[in-house]
Amino acid sequence: MSNESHEIAKFQDPGLPEHQHRKTDVDPKAADRAERQVAILFVLSAIATVLAIYSYIFIPDDRFFFLPVMGDTNAHQLLLGLGMAFALLFIGLGLVHWAKMLMPDTEVIAERHEFRSPDEDRTDFVATVKQQAGAAGLGRRSLIKRTLGLALGISALTPLVMLRDLGPLPKKDLEKTSWKTGTRLVTDPGDRPIRPEDLEVGAVAQVLPELAEGQERTLADIGKDAVLLIRLRPTEFQLDAERLSWTHDGIIAFSKICSHMGCAVALYEQQTKHLLCPCHQSTFDVTRAAKVIFGPAARPLPQLAITVDSDGYLVAQQPFTESVGPSYWERSS
Amino acid sequence: MKKSERIAGNVAGYLDDRTGAAKWLRKNLTKVFPDHWSFMLGEIVLYSFIILLLSGTFLTFWFDPSQRDVIYQGSYEPLKNIEMSASYASTLHISFDVRGGLLMRQIHHWAALIFMAGMIAHLMRVFFTGAFRKPREANWLIGVGLVTLGIVEGFLGYSLPDDLLSGTGIRIAEAIIQALPVVGSYLAFFAFGGAFPGHVFIPRIFTVHVLLLPGIFLALITIHLMLVWYQKHTQYPGPGRTEKNVVGYPLMPIYMAKAGGFFFIVFGVTALLGAVASINPIWLYGPYNPGQISAGSQPDFYMGWLDGLVRMAPPIETHAFGHTISWNILIPGLIIPGILFTGMALYPFIESWMTGDKREHHLLDRPRNNPNRTALGAMSLAFILVVLINGGNDIIATHFALTINQIMWFTRIGVLVIPPLTFVITKRICLSLQRADREKVLHGRETGRLVMLPHGEFIEVHEELTPAEKFTLTQHEQLAALEVPASDSNGVLNPQGLKGKLRARFSQAHVEQVPAPTESEAKALEGGHH
Repeated sequence: MSNESHEIAKFQDPGLPEHQHRKTDVDPKAADRAERQVAILFVLSAIATVLAIYSYIFIPDDRFFFLPVMGDTNAHQLLLGLGMAFALLFIGLGLVHWAKMLMPDTEVIAERHEFRSPDEDRTDFVATVKQQAGAAGLGRRSLIKRTLGLALGISALTPLVMLRDLGPLPKKDLEKTSWKTGTRLVTDPGDRPIRPEDLEVGAVAQVLPELAEGQERTLADIGKDAVLLIRLRPTEFQLDAERLSWTHDGIIAFSKICSHMGCAVALYEQQTKHLLCPCHQSTFDVTRAAKVIFGPAARPLPQLAITVDSDGYLVAQQPFTESVGPSYWERSS
Repeated sequence: MKKSERIAGNVAGYLDDRTGAAKWLRKNLTKVFPDHWSFMLGEIVLYSFIILLLSGTFLTFWFDPSQRDVIYQGSYEPLKNIEMSASYASTLHISFDVRGGLLMRQIHHWAALIFMAGMIAHLMRVFFTGAFRKPREANWLIGVGLVTLGIVEGFLGYSLPDDLLSGTGIRIAEAIIQALPVVGSYLAFFAFGGAFPGHVFIPRIFTVHVLLLPGIFLALITIHLMLVWYQKHTQYPGPGRTEKNVVGYPLMPIYMAKAGGFFFIVFGVTALLGAVASINPIWLYGPYNPGQISAGSQPDFYMGWLDGLVRMAPPIETHAFGHTISWNILIPGLIIPGILFTGMALYPFIESWMTGDKREHHLLDRPRNNPNRTALGAMSLAFILVVLINGGNDIIATHFALTINQIMWFTRIGVLVIPPLTFVITKRICLSLQRADREKVLHGRETGRLVMLPHGEFIEVHEELTPAEKFTLTQHEQLAALEVPASDSNGVLNPQGLKGKLRARFSQAHVEQVPAPTESEAKALEGGHH
């Protein structure tokens, strides 16, 4: 930029533009009209309230009628809601219309001052703070300062410690499921034991471990025990010898609890033989021991070794060999 | 004297007799507020908060925050005789057997969405106009705190019904807690009173949702508003408006009527949505069961970006020394959101460090006049939008006949490429707009009127701007870049070190501007060619 730029003049502030009067300010008829409009809005609001109360009392809450776009609509809910909505809306519109048409609309200028106090006051203030702090001996008596810091800091521990009884320690709980050697697989829902022939090739079933007599199943149990059974043709597996021995006659069992964040891995694509978790789209290849082929999961779904017992029902060969569900700090593999 | 005036006088006198606050009240009743539509965004948030308190209180009269098992016997046939938690059963009861209950539930949920959307819009207004600058940093921090708590409060709220969808959301939250190194499984067991889902989580978050967090909101909102009041509202630049004044209308009567009216309008619109637009139809999902799920599970929009981040995370876990660290959960679930929100909270201080500007500001910036800040804001929004798209990848896939893989890879690459690109493009657009402003001030507005001159030349007539318009377009201050001293008085080279250099570099990028036209330039042009 040239040397002239030091003496440049910015455009001047022409000041607040002159006030433009509204029609309602100059024409009493217009003002009266505005008053009537506001009044009409308030009356409409009152009518809407009557509609709401009428709907609440007199329209049965099981009556439906058809509306385009909305489909079958509950008359009670709709009219009660519309009444309430318009009662409120018309009050609001009336108030705003009143303010815009009839209340004074001259712009006002108020002064604003810098927050910083005059230097004199500030110096005085700073000096006072220093002096008072000095008088308290905060600077000199470091023993008091440090022990106070200690006491305050440590006192926060009590409420923290008192939260201890919120729940038990995890212990080995995250590692264990109800599956034991020989536990029968039962359908969910129904709790019926199943035989291999109940499951056709291509079929999927959700199973849970059979309960002992008198035992209750909690949601926490399901959250760890849920297993998905899938039946393929035995030739379709691409498993090592050990994992293959964990299947039975083309039936393979995986934990249904996602190894990523614990959602139920419930979407099975029969054609591709992929299992998909609807939460974050982790995708597992059933033929390759639920290897992760897409998405954020870092581990395959744990496989449950299965076989049949002497009565021909499917049972677990052994418990899960690793923790099911999402990862945690103490998980060792 | 009219009767109404006499009553008003008596009320004022009654108040002063008991408080002695006549002077203070007079000053504050006529306090001046500037007028602009964008100042209503914060109001929407305040009003939807009040709606949330009112509708929420109504819901608590019937809601039973308990995970006790019950057999549903209400009037919704498809779920009859099904075992479920008391909280799900009571939510069904509110929806089907309490008259107006469903309406109130829907109003409550819509108000929550409006509350969050309003906060985000208000935050954007404050950011892009530089309203967070000194002396308003504290209010910016409170605002960031409110947005953060709002996300938590919303999540807890839609988790309460204990339906299949919300239970799945809690399961994911539990997995995030559990993924924390060292303390994760302990914290999860403490929060859930044992193994997930347990029987205590819903009653616990109920207390947090209806008592603890609303209390904190109330306190923070009060401080937020008191500061707005005390520091006086910022205003947009224009003729007659300076750093030393506030131009607007007095609180009484015009703002009382307008703001009061606006409350009813916000409430009315929310009620209208609650009446006609179904939201969170929990009866379709069924009770929560950790072994079940529905396809297309989606959180509310303010959680959707987090879910999108988690979905796009690469599958990385570290297993070492008998321990596991889930980077695929920690990075998208905690580390990136942590960086984003910390950066947002600290931004006023970062900007003032970059520019070296420690003065008070009460006049707002037009976003184009601060290209770097505007570009930074646009970049952050682009990031959030890309991950939000990924959060809805399943829905997008089914609606647009795409595969999940296509969307996932688009967003995985997009999240790295699109935000920087947005920064560059936004900055260029801002500078171009500045150039356009300059053009308009110096050469007038294009009218589209073509005139043939006597000698046959065609020209377009330009219309000169009014002095008010010229002032508005040129009043902003253009800071100079910070200089790094090459050596100090003792001859030490580059005394501020790398930090100084970095700061100068940032400052340079931050002040990149098209020079605002001046009256001198306009005069020179007039003298030169006409």
